[in-house]
Amino acid sequence: MSTRDIPTLCRLAAELRLHAFQAMGPNKAHHFGGSLSAAEVVTALYFYKMRYNPQNITWPERDRFLMSKGHCVPAQYAALAMLGVLPLEELSTLKRLGTRLQGHPAMHETPGLEGCTGSLGQGLSYANGMALAGRVQGLTYRVYCLIGDGELHEGQIWEAVVTSASRCLGNVTAIIDFNGLKAMDECACARTTEPMATRWAAFGWRTREVNGHDMAQICDALDWAETDLNVPAVIIAHTVKGKGVSFMEGKAQFHNASLTEEQHKQGLAELGATLSKLQEV
Amino acid sequence: MAQMRETRAAYGEALVEVGRVHPEVVVLDADLYNSTRTVLFRNAFPERFFDMGIAEADMVSTAAGMAASGLVPYANSFAMFITAHCYDQIRIQVAYPKLHVVLAGSSAGLTQGADGASHQSLEDVALMRALPNMKVFVPADGVETRAITLALAELPGPSYIRLGRYPVPDLFDSSYRFELGRAITMRQGRDLTLIACGHMVNVALQAAELLANRQVRATVLDMPTIKPLDREAVLRAMEDTPLVVTIEEHSIIGGLGSAVAEVMAERVCRARLIRLGTQDVFGESGTADEMLEKHGLTPSAVAGRLRHEFGR
Repeated sequence: MSTRDIPTLCRLAAELRLHAFQAMGPNKAHHFGGSLSAAEVVTALYFYKMRYNPQNITWPERDRFLMSKGHCVPAQYAALAMLGVLPLEELSTLKRLGTRLQGHPAMHETPGLEGCTGSLGQGLSYANGMALAGRVQGLTYRVYCLIGDGELHEGQIWEAVVTSASRCLGNVTAIIDFNGLKAMDECACARTTEPMATRWAAFGWRTREVNGHDMAQICDALDWAETDLNVPAVIIAHTVKGKGVSFMEGKAQFHNASLTEEQHKQGLAELGATLSKLQEV
Repeated sequence: MAQMRETRAAYGEALVEVGRVHPEVVVLDADLYNSTRTVLFRNAFPERFFDMGIAEADMVSTAAGMAASGLVPYANSFAMFITAHCYDQIRIQVAYPKLHVVLAGSSAGLTQGADGASHQSLEDVALMRALPNMKVFVPADGVETRAITLALAELPGPSYIRLGRYPVPDLFDSSYRFELGRAITMRQGRDLTLIACGHMVNVALQAAELLANRQVRATVLDMPTIKPLDREAVLRAMEDTPLVVTIEEHSIIGGLGSAVAEVMAERVCRARLIRLGTQDVFGESGTADEMLEKHGLTPSAVAGRLRHEFGR
């Protein structure tokens, strides 16, 4: 399905957030913070922008989405389940022994995943490879790569940034989930992340900044990204880590955390209430 | 006199043959295409050649993305850099999802020569062998190199091929057929078995000749596939001869010697094992021949070391 109806997309993002949160469950460490901050971006890609047929997930012409910040794959599992690529009930098997839903993306296990990530910094290079393969084979698909702002500490990302620009990969769009927090504390504590847009622009990318929880802004930026077929585009999405669960928002401690039953119930209630409100509209 | 060739040269020529038959094959290099001999492919198929610059990690991850989207990439650099410098990328993005990527490690081993320890790869086979799903090949001469290079285009999953810049004579003729995971008996004798790979196959053959002059009769096995190893050939060797000797231009830790030791250690075995190679040390600057001499990997050094085992 593909829709540009913003209220519908907002509702789908709330649903995605709820599914991901539910899958992550209590009493076990999960990457809540970044999975929740990416919900709108992932929703806009799968339900608005991407040329993607859930009934034919190996279609060579499909657009490709790569979760470079692999620990946030619960958000992608939720999207794939909402599209029917995965059974919704399978989401509860996340990280359990024998599951197809590994803690980090395993493309050979899980239908709908395009690559293996989890060791940070490698995704954009891989996305470039997919984009170059499309060019060699005369296919017109686009590649979207979601990168964490903490992940930008990794040097390989900047090798890949040069590759995309010097090979004129306008079919590549990078999206930064700029929530400002890494595993321990603020991303900028250990290494500077600003000036974010200036850095990418200096490497030859087109840049645009959006509120990463504003669906209309995200959709507009995704449209803008494909307007130049020779210059790659980066969308810097300003987000809130742990978005949608009050006690998690903006807190690095919920990057990877084990919730109590009580905390998990509260989170479910808050995300459920948000969804209900959007469903009433 | 057999033709003398470097395996890297045979690889470069074979790659062009691969390109003619396989439109899905692309070649990536990291600013070493003259040395790795991928320049031949670059000239023949410029639209399928990617010089990624001096960015090996980016190159390997890019190759993985290409493999996931319908291409068969051959990624090239010196053996040291394509393995050790990109280990994490190979592990997660190539080996784990079993993508069809060929990693070619050029100028491997002591015979890399004067550049010294930073460039002399003596651990690459160990690193690649430890990865699940990875296949590891160390061809002995130009003929075997060509055959393996052609075969890899059609062999699914990840592979590593180790290549050298040291001229070796062709040991095989055009009747050679490569078989995955199969050792080749080069000569037979009942006193000991020399198991060798790469440049050391020729050294083993010459050493066997020298030993024969002292009435020590050696079987010589060429082991072009280090993983999956020809276990049957190792088991036969330890049953047929009281001494098994591995020879490799690589550390005795983790390479051919270790692979053979692992097979022998799990069986009741009357045969002894001697592992020849570098003895847990780094390389250094020197000519290829000086390096082989220093590490006891010349025919006379090998024969001299082994004839003492027989008191001759």
